[in-house]
Amino acid sequence: MILAVASGKGGTGKTTVSSALVSVWNRTRIACDLDVEEPNLHLFLRPEITGTEKAGLAVPEIDESKCSKCGKCSDLCQFKAISLMGELLLTFPEMCHGCGGCMAICPEQAIGKGFRELGDTVWGQAGESAFLMGRLRVGEAMSPPLMRIVKEKLKEITAQMSREQGDGDSVSSVIPDVIIDAPPGVSCPALNAVSDSDFILLVTEPTPFGVYDLELAHEAFLPLHKPMGVVINRAGLGDNAVYEFCADKELQIMAEIPYDRGIAENYASGRIISDISPEMHRLFSGLAGKIRIACSHKTMDNLYIRAAIKGGNRV
Amino acid sequence: MFEILVLSGKGGTGKTSLTAAFAHLAAEKSMGDTVICDLDVDAPDLHLILHPQQTVSEDFVSGHEAVILEEKCEQCGICTDMCHFGAVSATPLPRVNPMKCEGCKVCVTFCPAQAIAFRPKHCGEWYLSESRFGPMVHARLFPGEENSGRLVSLLKQRAKELAEQKSCSLVLSDGPPGIGCPVISSLSGASLVVNVSEPTPSGLHDLERVTELCEHFRIPSGVIINKADLNEKISTRIEEFCAEKKMGFLGHLPHNPVITEAMIRGQAVTEYESKDFSEAVRKVWNTISEMKGKYQ
Repeated sequence: MILAVASGKGGTGKTTVSSALVSVWNRTRIACDLDVEEPNLHLFLRPEITGTEKAGLAVPEIDESKCSKCGKCSDLCQFKAISLMGELLLTFPEMCHGCGGCMAICPEQAIGKGFRELGDTVWGQAGESAFLMGRLRVGEAMSPPLMRIVKEKLKEITAQMSREQGDGDSVSSVIPDVIIDAPPGVSCPALNAVSDSDFILLVTEPTPFGVYDLELAHEAFLPLHKPMGVVINRAGLGDNAVYEFCADKELQIMAEIPYDRGIAENYASGRIISDISPEMHRLFSGLAGKIRIACSHKTMDNLYIRAAIKGGNRV
Repeated sequence: MFEILVLSGKGGTGKTSLTAAFAHLAAEKSMGDTVICDLDVDAPDLHLILHPQQTVSEDFVSGHEAVILEEKCEQCGICTDMCHFGAVSATPLPRVNPMKCEGCKVCVTFCPAQAIAFRPKHCGEWYLSESRFGPMVHARLFPGEENSGRLVSLLKQRAKELAEQKSCSLVLSDGPPGIGCPVISSLSGASLVVNVSEPTPSGLHDLERVTELCEHFRIPSGVIINKADLNEKISTRIEEFCAEKKMGFLGHLPHNPVITEAMIRGQAVTEYESKDFSEAVRKVWNTISEMKGKYQ
């Protein structure tokens, strides 16, 4: 299963919850930080890094000797990354989304693939958990293309671990779970991070900002038709509006982390909060169990469908 | 006209609460001299404290999305093959997933049956408003939409026009979290960045990245350490970092639930409380004002 830990508002405790879940998750797992603008999961999991790769985007590179200045590429480009000014063809690689349209439409095959560095993918091992993150280059504006590359790497690591865990041919027996630390907000990067998940865990806090941003996140993720649950961080601070909202939308509150200065100080010193006390460990083990139950329904549905097909019944 | 942009890299450090307090203090000194601007278009929260009354509300239409017209589609699969964003599924019928479509027009252009429409995208709304601390420019990007950078640019343009029209000398902007597209847009033309940090591993890490971004665009910046007493070691490290980078150090604020209490009452913290915490915020604002004098 793939679990995405998300939130509308930043700083509600996504990384706190993700790192604690990774720590108590007693199954084969991959911790994946998709908050590529400000990745923080590694600061808590402290993985041993075993690999790093530069991630890039194929941007237009014009071969002047072949270019006939027909302007088809600049007419097509929706992002102002290529512009024909009189007899001068200018490229602005930082504007390019990497759609490949210019390369495909050029009648002279004059446009080749240049490389814009988006950032790095970094992977390794954090205790029993595999670890993967993307880190956007400072100055790079677009996080979704880097997130796509990290997700490709995630597939590769998942496949590799399945092979290693299963014996030879039977890869289906042990497919690692994935815990994704998603970026804040509700626009394209956040959606991109949760779009492949089986379950979305929304982390919020009982404050007016927390509730308002939870409403936005709920509205944004609802069209994905994925099961969602809520963790309330800093419970006891603020007011009751978040509980009313969750009741109204039938969102299950799966855990409440109390508002406590000790927890905040432990977080500030870089500790994983499921490690700080037996209560916190129980809280997160319980949360992990609830998430699995919520997702096992889904798996049972699929098994049921498969069994029905096998038995010749039409579903 | 001077623009102060409040950033943080990491979310939840107190950007919006402090921006509201600064708007209050600016208005207290000279009412109507500041245009307030919420550039966190993705998850805007400043209006929850400022309760602005909208005077103008406009649609934000930006970019396009591809839509396959079933009656014309011949199911050749070219669109699926050519889409670099994995936005066109092939089965059972070709369909564009609007959440993945970036509006590049490649499928529209290469469809041999001309079966793909290219429609302008209504991505959100933006507003001109009046608040008790002065005129305000804000917006709302519809959930899941892109083009947040363009919406940020639009808001900055409107804020600038409004400031000129009303002879305001300051634009005070609440920025988005992160270091990506909307942050880069919000930095364009900013005079001074105020970074709200916190002494946690994430707070320091994200401050380093957002500082590098400010250096990249050559915009002067200063740092506030919020919740400073949570970890004195990292707090000291952040001060050292400021000194190394020759950034202005704007002051410490203690970890204090008074920020949340004020938020629940829909007030700026400096309106709600007039004791220690607000005194500390006033001192920080004075330091920012001095720094502003240096760069004006």
